Amino acid sequence: MIWIDVLVQGILLGGLYALFAAGLSLVFGIMRLVNLAHGDLIVFAAFAILLITGTLGLNPFLAALLAAPLMFAAGWTLQRFVLNRVLGKDILPPLLVTFGLSVALQNGMLEIFSADSQRLSVGRLESASIDLGVVTVGTLPLLTFASAVGVIFVLNRIFYTTALGRAFRAVSDDPTTASLMGLNPKSIFAIATGLAMVIVTLAALYLGMRSNFDPSIGPARLLYAFQAVIIGGLGSLWGTLAGGAIIGVAQTFGAQINPEWQILAGHIAFLVVLLIRPRGLFPRAVD
Amino acid sequence: MALLETHGLIAQYGQFKALFGIDLHVDPGECVAIIGANGAGKTTLMRSITGVIRNVPDQIHHNGQPIGALSPDQILRRGIAMVPEGRKLFPSLTVEENLLIGGQVRRGSGRWSLEEIYSLFPILKDRRRSPGTALSGGQQQMVAIGRALMSNPELLLCDEISLGLAPVVIRDIYAALPAIRATGAAVIIVEQDITRALAVADRVYCLMEGRVTLTARAKEVSREAIHAAYFGEPA
Repeated sequence: MIWIDVLVQGILLGGLYALFAAGLSLVFGIMRLVNLAHGDLIVFAAFAILLITGTLGLNPFLAALLAAPLMFAAGWTLQRFVLNRVLGKDILPPLLVTFGLSVALQNGMLEIFSADSQRLSVGRLESASIDLGVVTVGTLPLLTFASAVGVIFVLNRIFYTTALGRAFRAVSDDPTTASLMGLNPKSIFAIATGLAMVIVTLAALYLGMRSNFDPSIGPARLLYAFQAVIIGGLGSLWGTLAGGAIIGVAQTFGAQINPEWQILAGHIAFLVVLLIRPRGLFPRAVD
Repeated sequence: MALLETHGLIAQYGQFKALFGIDLHVDPGECVAIIGANGAGKTTLMRSITGVIRNVPDQIHHNGQPIGALSPDQILRRGIAMVPEGRKLFPSLTVEENLLIGGQVRRGSGRWSLEEIYSLFPILKDRRRSPGTALSGGQQQMVAIGRALMSNPELLLCDEISLGLAPVVIRDIYAALPAIRATGAAVIIVEQDITRALAVADRVYCLMEGRVTLTARAKEVSREAIHAAYFGEPA
């Protein structure tokens, strides 16, 4: 019985990791850009939500709704004026630039918000739970997982049923030919990064409600996101959700055996998947 | 006024100079063939006109306006569309999505729509849900042509559309040319098959090593003149 509970908690935790990873997966899928500042941008968005809740007295959900367009604008600007300049055949410059951004963001946040741990408070929701008969699940983890499924569903709809999604896939396949069709790849990349930052805002909302955060925790979030994306198969959105769930389940099982093993178990699961399926569970057919 | 003009067009890849002062013009509704051996600069010329290679603004004019420094998407918006060498369909997109991408920027209320493309190339309608790259070479070429037409261009650039295709397939593809020209669009055809180029074009330019070596009316040019321009030596 306890193991069913552990499994369910692990899958729900995976929803949070999938939210961390969805934006990373989106950006990588479209422009083959690995954003090393992704985790710090999640923490940055969490501080933005915290700031809005503090200043306007809103609850975190409404604050995230306000933060989302601001984060879209930040992502759009970052891509348009910084990352587009370094995208090219060589993958090293964008890595260096996003690494630099990561360091700058961490230190900037440390300066502005201090090293104190913060939390987004949502009152009773934090401890509310639903009894499903076999197991009892927390409302917040359930909401997190549902949001992850929703995000991935909506992203898939955008990708495969809209003109924007068509443009995303076309510039991902071949930016030069896409520009001959009247698309401006750099504008489309900017929209994609903006969209990724909206997902980052949602990830930040759940991160901040679930646990404490401070300016230094970004890189570990990036690591989980990265592992989820790679386990799922680079560029596959549903694969990212599966990847998140695998890490989550491995972590809860590890913690059940010995609380010190939680993080280690996630990393071991990552290594095992890489050994068996080096391209991830659901690699895209065309790369 | 010429629809498209180049004046002393120079293009280079880094230190390597590929075009040495090309003068060319295309009138509205005209069909112009560009022939030349491999490496003569034909594709570089197409890439310059469509903005894939940026040039000096004044070296290329469209309807009298300098366009040499514009980006490919800006040039498409002006009504110049290209069928690129090698077809270059988007592998992640279905046949129909490839066509729709071409129509994402449309000029005015021109003739071409999905239905019109399907009536020009009926086979594509049956294959519209297939990935573009799952089709045969000839069918892929039809998608590439349809994709370029979807923007309702006034100038269509066709780069090596018969390359690697069987003669019977090439005939089917060229059979679409009259319908394309009937819309009033001008066409530039880059072609290795000289006989076919001369059969469909009004005028012909021959390039060799980045220079124009011959300009002539297609119906009037002699075999000897072509041979000399193509190989740089008399027949």
